[in-house]
Amino acid sequence: MKFIFLGSVLVLGLVASAHAQTAAALLRTLDAAARTESSAFAGFSAQRGAAFFNQRHGSDWSCSTCHTADPRALGKHATTGKTIEPLAPARNPLRLTDPARTEKWFRRNCRDVLGRECSAAEKGDVVAYLLSLES
Amino acid sequence: MNAASEPAADRAVARPPHQLFDAVVWTAALMFLAVLGVHEAHASDHRHNVANPAYQAECGSCHVAYPPALLPAVAWRAVLDRLDKHYGSDASLDAATARQVSDFVLSNAGRERGAAIASGVDLPRISTTRWFIKEHREEVPPSAASAARSMSNCDACHIGAARGDYAESTLRMPR
Repeated sequence: MKFIFLGSVLVLGLVASAHAQTAAALLRTLDAAARTESSAFAGFSAQRGAAFFNQRHGSDWSCSTCHTADPRALGKHATTGKTIEPLAPARNPLRLTDPARTEKWFRRNCRDVLGRECSAAEKGDVVAYLLSLES
Repeated sequence: MNAASEPAADRAVARPPHQLFDAVVWTAALMFLAVLGVHEAHASDHRHNVANPAYQAECGSCHVAYPPALLPAVAWRAVLDRLDKHYGSDASLDAATARQVSDFVLSNAGRERGAAIASGVDLPRISTTRWFIKEHREEVPPSAASAARSMSNCDACHIGAARGDYAESTLRMPR
């Protein structure tokens, strides 16, 4: 029993640390891209990310339409009603761990919400916001 | 001629009661088996193949992964060709993943179900096929329809929908 408990703690710890590494790598990639996008880029802001997340950008939906204003909560797809797992890694450790998957959803959802793909600066702000949320 | 047919007619008239009983039993048994066969075919018609990792991952996030068998290949091709404009959402895929998904979908596509690939309708919908409308007409109480939000939300009532199970036994109406 004790071993199972210690084992679980160890596994959870490894997942958490692996997650911190992948999230940091994701931010580094976005940071490098944002610098090429604009010479005026001065780092990501969780606060800007929060505002971006809740704003509408010219069409009917914001990020929060489906993901709710609290990314730690369960979301609901605006069209189909299907449940969406929480976005915040603090609540859902699988989030932001697969760069290709993260890119895919940014590409699709930015086109739905903004009618274009997001810039690296915008994505970085949102990632910083999601990472700033504690469970 | 007459001499040959008359004895036969006599036998029919004079058929002993137990032979009549046998005929009735056999007829009943055959009818029962026929009904059972139809029922079996009907039941298997409600279980579909959706077991493909790429299909589940890419087509089961925003909605339940719909059974490819519910639309014919021509309708699925129309859907797969426009994943960037997918019923109001962008569902675009990279080329390699798109190929995996379309291989699975097209090899499991169904027969014609009166699909509305009609003019005026932007993309085909399972929920507008004649088959779907007939299956759901007078089956869905208004309270269940509003709880489900949309007829595209299969697993609001078909609790086994994610694994392709649409049998009556796994049907639960939300209240």
